[in-house]
Amino acid sequence: MSDYNFAYLDEQTKRMIRRAILKGLAIPGYQVPFASREMPMPYGWGTGGVQVTAATLVPDDCLKVIDQGADDTTNAVSIRKFFENTASVGTTTQTAEASVIQTRHRIPEEALREDQILVYQVPIPEPLRFLEPRETETRKMHALEEYGLMHVKLYEDIARHGHIATSYAYPVKIEDRYVMDPSPIPKFDNPKMEMAAIQLFGAGREQRIYALPPYTKVVSLDFDDHPFEASKAPHPCALCGATGSYLDEVITDDAGGRMFVCSDTDYCETRRAQGHVGATQTEEAA
Amino acid sequence: MYVAVKGGERAIDNAHAWLAEERRGDQDVAELSIAQIREQLSLAVNRVMAEGSLYDPDLAALAIKQARGDLIEAIFLIRAYRTTLPRFGSSKPVETGAMRCERRISATFKDLPGGQVLGPTFDYTHRLLDFKLAAEGVAPEVPERPAAEGPVPHVAEFLNREGLIETAPAEDTPPPDLTRAPLEFPAERALRLQALTRADEGFSLGLAYSTQRGYARNHAFVGELRIGQVDVAMEVPELGFAIDIGEITLTECETVNQFKGSRTEPPQFTRGYGLVFGQSERKSISMALVDRALRWEELGEDNVGAPAQDTEFVLAHGDNIQATGFLEHIKLPHYVDFQSELELVRKLRREAGAAPMQEAAE
Amino acid sequence: MQSAALKGGFETPAVQSAVAFREIMTAMARPGHVSHVTGGEAPAPVSAAAAAVILTLCDADTGLYLAGAYDTEAMRAWVRFHTSAPLCGPEACSFALGTWDDLRPLGRFPLGSAAYPDRSATLIVEVAHLQPQGRTLTGPGIQDRAELSLPAGPEFADNHALFPRGLDFIFTCGAQLAALPRSTRVL
Repeated sequence: MSDYNFAYLDEQTKRMIRRAILKGLAIPGYQVPFASREMPMPYGWGTGGVQVTAATLVPDDCLKVIDQGADDTTNAVSIRKFFENTASVGTTTQTAEASVIQTRHRIPEEALREDQILVYQVPIPEPLRFLEPRETETRKMHALEEYGLMHVKLYEDIARHGHIATSYAYPVKIEDRYVMDPSPIPKFDNPKMEMAAIQLFGAGREQRIYALPPYTKVVSLDFDDHPFEASKAPHPCALCGATGSYLDEVITDDAGGRMFVCSDTDYCETRRAQGHVGATQTEEAA
Repeated sequence: MYVAVKGGERAIDNAHAWLAEERRGDQDVAELSIAQIREQLSLAVNRVMAEGSLYDPDLAALAIKQARGDLIEAIFLIRAYRTTLPRFGSSKPVETGAMRCERRISATFKDLPGGQVLGPTFDYTHRLLDFKLAAEGVAPEVPERPAAEGPVPHVAEFLNREGLIETAPAEDTPPPDLTRAPLEFPAERALRLQALTRADEGFSLGLAYSTQRGYARNHAFVGELRIGQVDVAMEVPELGFAIDIGEITLTECETVNQFKGSRTEPPQFTRGYGLVFGQSERKSISMALVDRALRWEELGEDNVGAPAQDTEFVLAHGDNIQATGFLEHIKLPHYVDFQSELELVRKLRREAGAAPMQEAAE
Repeated sequence: MQSAALKGGFETPAVQSAVAFREIMTAMARPGHVSHVTGGEAPAPVSAAAAAVILTLCDADTGLYLAGAYDTEAMRAWVRFHTSAPLCGPEACSFALGTWDDLRPLGRFPLGSAAYPDRSATLIVEVAHLQPQGRTLTGPGIQDRAELSLPAGPEFADNHALFPRGLDFIFTCGAQLAALPRSTRVL
C-alpha cells in the first residue's frame, strides 16, 4: 500500500472533503454535497465514512472501528485494516482510548469526550427520501424548512399503530432548523447525540457530508401526546448484567432459546473485566 | 456458556485465499493470459472500459481475470483504480467525422457517401453453437481490401443541408464532470450523456427498450452507427499546439427521431446521441434512445411520466457500481436495526393482539 | 520574488495538512477555542496560521480574494505556486484573506443560497490579538458559553441572522487560529 498517499486519498480529494466538513460544521444538520470518490471497497460498505475518516486522520490518531457496536464484525475488521495499512495509525477496540471512532449503526455506550471524533457511515442521508424520492423536491423542503410531510408520516403511524413506528434512523431536528437522518442507529442511541465529541456523517454513494459540533441541540421528532421514547429490549445483558445498554438478541438453539447481550462489545468486556456478571443462562422462549 | 463470535480477521483472510483458489480453477487447465482475454474476449474488455470510464484494454483484461469474469466487479476494479490517477489535462474533443471506420451502417439511407460497411458484426450470424470453436479451430481466411480513403461524413449532415434535422451547434464550454463534482439537478445534456456512457448496459438497454414499447415513444431510426478509431489530441501549453497522444476505438450512434414542430418551428427531425468506448453497439444505441427521451422538455414534448423521461430517476440509478454496492450491502450485518424493529413489532403485537383475541373469546 | 514564491509550503504536505486541518476543524467545531497551526510561511504580512489555512484548504477549485495589504505581487505568486487557487474578487471567492477593515463590507461575499447555504465564502481574518476572552458566544459547539476576542461591530449578529446562509470566519494571529461559524450567536 506504500504506493498510495497518506490515508489513501490524494490531497486534492482530501481538501475537497475537508472543505465540506467545515461547511457541515458551520451549518449543523445540513447535507453538504461532495464529489465522493470511488473507493477500493463497495458503496454500502461505508465509503462515505471511510472518506471522512481519511480526510480527518492524523498520524498520531488512535482509531476504533465498530459495526453494529462490535469491533470484530467483518466489515469493521476490514476498515480498521485498511487504515492500518494506508495511514499507519494506531488502532484500538477501547472506546476510551480512541481519538477517532468510525461507526456503523451504533453510538458507543460510554460517553464520548471533547477530544474524540465520531464518524458515522450513512446509507441514505436524506431523512425525507422515503417520503419524497426526488432530490430536487427534498432540497426545496429543507430550504423552506417545510417538514410537514414528515410530521404527517409520524402522525399516521400513531393513528394506525398507536405509536410512531420508526425504531431506527429516527429523524431528529438540529438546532430547531434542519431535520436530519441520524444514520440507522437504533432510536435508543438518539439521546446520546447531544455529546461532547464532534460528530461527522459521510454518505459516499449519495455524495453528502454533514456534521454536528459538540453540544449541538438534537431533538428527536415527536408530539406532545406521544413523546419520544428511547427503547431497547427489556432485559439485562446476559454476560455483564448491564441494564442500560443496547442489546443484541442471540438465538441459542432451535427450540426457541435466546439470550440478550450488549451490542457494544467493548462496553460489555470492560464491565466483565471489572467483575460484573450477567445471568448467562439462556432464557426460555416467551 | 455463550461465547460471542470472534475471529473476523482470520475469516476474511481465509475467504480471500479460497477466492484466489476458485479464481484459478483447476490447475491442470492452462491459466488465461491477459493477452488472451484482451484479444479473445474483446467485447467484455470493451464493456469494462466503457463503464469503468478508462480506456486501457490491458487493465480491463486484468480486471476481468481478477473478477473471475464478473464484469460489474471488473468495472468496479477499474473505477477504483481510475479515481487514484492524477489528471494531467483534458484532450481536445475527438473528431468522429474523421473516424477510421471498421463498421458504418445507416438504417435511413440505402446508400450514402462513405458507404454501408458491415464490419465485424453478429447481425447476420445464425446463432448456432459452433462446435469447431470447442476444438480450438483456426480462424478462417478473411478477404481483404484496402481501407476507404478520406473522412466518412455523418448522416445527420445530409439532412442538415435541407434543414430537416435540428442543428447541434458547436459548444466550447467545458462539459461538467460527474466524477469530480457531485451530481446536481437539473442536469444539462452534457452531464446526462456522461452519466449514460458510464451507465450499466443492462439498465440502459431496458430503459431504451421501454421507450420503443410506448413509455415515451419517440420513433427512433438509427441514422448512423459507426465503429472505428479516432485520434486523441491534447493541447500542450509549452508547445502552443495540440499533439496526438493516442488512438481509441469508439462506437457512435446517432438516431433520427420525430418532432412535431410548433407554431414557431416547422416539423423537423431531432437527434439522440450515443458515444461509447470500444465496440459497444448495443450500449451506444441504448444511450441514444435514452438521451432522446430525456430531452422531452427542451423539445416541448409531453412528460408522460415514463421512467426514461425522468432525469433524476435515470441518472440516480444507472450506475451499476453504486447500484450493486447498495443492493449487496443489505447482506452486511443489520443486527442492531433489525433488533429495534423486532422490539417494535413485538410491542405493537402485544398491544394490538390482545384486544381481538379477547373479542374472539367473548 | 520568484525564489520567495517557491518557499514556505508544507515540507510533508499530506501529514502537515492533515494536522493543520484537525486544528482548523476543532476551531470551527468549538467557537472560542484557540488552536495552533504552523508549517506554512507566506510573504509578509501573512501570518503563519493564515498561510497554513490557505495551504490546507485552497486549490484550483477555490477562488481566493486577497484584500488590501494582502494583495501583493509576492503573495499572488506564492498562492499560484503553492495552491493553484485562482485569484478573484470578493463576489466570486470561496476564501478571502485580509484584515477586518479590508474585508468589510461583508455583503460583497457569496452568502450561499437557501437551497445551497454551503456555497458561501470563508473569510480568513488577520487580527492583532487573539484570545478566548472578549465577546460572549453561544450556539453549536459551545457547552454553555464561550468568549473570543472579536472585532467590534454588528456584522456577526447580522451574519447569524441570515442562518442557514451566511459567512464563516477564521481568525488568525501568528500561529494562532480561532473560528466563528455562522451558527454562533455573538452577544
